[in-house]
Amino acid sequence: MKMQKILLGALVTLLPSGAALADWELNMREGVTAISRDIHGLHMLIFYVCCAIAVFVFGWMILALVLHRKSRGVEPAQFSHSTKAEIIWTLIPVLILVGMAVPATQTMLDIEDDRNPDITIKATAYQWKWQYEYIDEEVSFYSNLARTSNDARRLDSGIDPTTVENYLLEVDNHVIVPVDKKVRVLITSNDVLHAWWMPDFGIKKDAIPGYINQVWFRAEEPGIYRGQCAELCGQDHGFMPIVVEVLAQDEFDARMAALQAEQGVGSAQFADNTASAE
Amino acid sequence: MSAATEHHTDDHHDHGPEMTGIKRWLFTTNHKDIGSMYLIFSLIMLFVGGLMALVIRTELGQPGMQFVSPGFYNQMVTMHALIMIFGAVMPAFVGLANWMIPLMVGAPDMALPRMNNWSFWILPAAFTILLATLFVPGGAPAGGWTMYPPLVLQTGDAFPMLIFAVHLMGISSIMGAINIIVTIMNMRAPGMTLLKMPLFVWTWLITAYLLIAVMPVLAGAVTMLLTDQFFGTSFFRAAGGGDPVMFQHIFWFFGHPEVYIMILPAFGIISEIIPTFSRKPLFGYDSMVYATASIAFLSFIVWAHHMFTAGMPLTGQLFFMFTTMLIAVPTGVKVFNWTATMWKGAMTFETPMLFSVAFLFLFTIGGFSGLMLAIVPADFQYHDSYFVVAHFHYVLVPGAIFAIIAGVYYWLPKWTGHMYNETLGKAHFWLTTFFVNLTFFPMHFLGLAGMPRRIPDYATQFADFNFIATVGAFGFGLSQLLFVYIIVACARGGKKATAEVWDNPKGLEWTVPSPAPHHTFDEAPVVK
Repeated sequence: MKMQKILLGALVTLLPSGAALADWELNMREGVTAISRDIHGLHMLIFYVCCAIAVFVFGWMILALVLHRKSRGVEPAQFSHSTKAEIIWTLIPVLILVGMAVPATQTMLDIEDDRNPDITIKATAYQWKWQYEYIDEEVSFYSNLARTSNDARRLDSGIDPTTVENYLLEVDNHVIVPVDKKVRVLITSNDVLHAWWMPDFGIKKDAIPGYINQVWFRAEEPGIYRGQCAELCGQDHGFMPIVVEVLAQDEFDARMAALQAEQGVGSAQFADNTASAE
Repeated sequence: MSAATEHHTDDHHDHGPEMTGIKRWLFTTNHKDIGSMYLIFSLIMLFVGGLMALVIRTELGQPGMQFVSPGFYNQMVTMHALIMIFGAVMPAFVGLANWMIPLMVGAPDMALPRMNNWSFWILPAAFTILLATLFVPGGAPAGGWTMYPPLVLQTGDAFPMLIFAVHLMGISSIMGAINIIVTIMNMRAPGMTLLKMPLFVWTWLITAYLLIAVMPVLAGAVTMLLTDQFFGTSFFRAAGGGDPVMFQHIFWFFGHPEVYIMILPAFGIISEIIPTFSRKPLFGYDSMVYATASIAFLSFIVWAHHMFTAGMPLTGQLFFMFTTMLIAVPTGVKVFNWTATMWKGAMTFETPMLFSVAFLFLFTIGGFSGLMLAIVPADFQYHDSYFVVAHFHYVLVPGAIFAIIAGVYYWLPKWTGHMYNETLGKAHFWLTTFFVNLTFFPMHFLGLAGMPRRIPDYATQFADFNFIATVGAFGFGLSQLLFVYIIVACARGGKKATAEVWDNPKGLEWTVPSPAPHHTFDEAPVVK
């Protein structure tokens, strides 16, 4: 690890300017939901288990490489099996695996507990944008890559991406959700496969034509969270980000009311609005 | 290589190839000639696919789009995978099988030599068609090597060519597999019982059964794509009542055994090399065979771990999580057995051994990330991120490809009759190992930090590690030119190799002279 840091340090000096300002993010983020923290905990658990196994296995290998080389004048032993050793190194991994499977299964059960959502949003994927429909609130809008990113990402645009705020991770219309509420997202697609990935919520689910997949999250901290489409969906797969804004309840209510007024929810205009959206 | 073979024919006029010039290669039924052609073909494809990888890494060197369009980028991603899997790794293993299995079991040739010729010559045709798609309207396939509908149905004129090329590759693989099974089952030397076969023969026998089992499944899947596109069926079209997820199930029922098709022969090669350079018999031969068979069996019941995010019932996710984790057990047995083989040996570190030891370390790292990916909740974060890219490149490059390179160095003196340049071989090893890690290790970090795979451009916080990976990729690619130089130099001359080549290696292939005469084991050897 130390070697690696030295190596990386040496390389940093070679990096293009501007990029050097970026942070060296190494690990999965904890996120802002109970599930995402559980997932992060599982991730760290397996990682440490793998590290422990690595110390043992690699240590054994390195010891053999150092001690049992011909240049040290050793005579090779001729043993070729040991039933006892083989049973041990079959059984111990099984026990380690069981130890990992138990917490993983518990987290699975929590993830699948999709009862009693407070609010439901339907996310429909298109090549290459998302549409969000708030089922009960009767509000819907499209969410496209922000203009600033879209200009900069053209071939030979001449715009330095490092000067664009939230390059490729910003959209024109954010999804808004209230904090500490169970938000259910129904995910489908209108054309090819896509996937709705929100790392801070520990959610990734494919958008599939003909299917409605379901995920949920309860974000515990207000803020703006960014994710991306995670399933190859054609040439602009890299350019359909997802941005979710978690708001305090009163703020959410105000923003939602404004959206409803804008889209004429409750009046005859609403019908026209949906029709044109299709 | 041909120069060397011709040289030796001077000494054995009665045993040389029957035809000369291009005809010799077109019509050959000799397992050594066909093995050489497979190996040369796969080396060419390694460079073609490698160039595509460099196009990918060049574009990803810094944020923003500088060199290619997103559409062409996707074509490169798709073609790189198809060429490396079907054009480089699989034919390299078949080439090694062709050369070595008859020599290892004491057979004069493969059981079905004419079919052997055919199964090779289909490949250049298949890859000509596949590469030609780069020049047709709409460009090459760009929907990923997994060919998921509906996206793959948006491919232009390349679509039927892709399907046809995949069919040809499948036919070639199936014929190759049949040949290997028939050879092993019927042409072993007297006394060579199944449990006396070298591990390379064993792993290939099991691999060949996997190929026969799953290549027709792939053929079925792509044929359904074809009829969906041109004949109005709706196997996978949701609008017609079809099911896009069904394709993923069928594809990965092929695809997961395919993963083991690309690693089991590698296990076999490593199991040959480590005992030779440890001067000690392979530890736990029987359990190695059983572990290989267990991995092959498990490979049929884990496919949906590639689709955890597609939406599956809870019980389905749990089943596939448990079976996937279970694969770690036989794989662990193998790693422990190899280490126990080295333990208390008297090791030397010639190039084949160096690559094998690196395989042991780096394949194990790929195994660890594989175990992490099996944990479904964590997979929701890893899936389709660069963490997956890091994982499968660790098992395929320092895994499968390192084993192939190790095998080539190990048997090259047997093929050419000359020793390769050991100093250059070691230089090749250190360069390759350094750059392979520089390329793929940072990808773990990128994936964990949230970078999706198969994107041509990325948010600026991913810039640093991407730049490092790009530097590594160019270093890795250039290092392989040294590999080609070493092989060519070894074919043209060098220190004469003895029949044994190494220090008292085990196996029938070391009882024939180096270079191996055009025809070997006209009379079957007897195995005690």
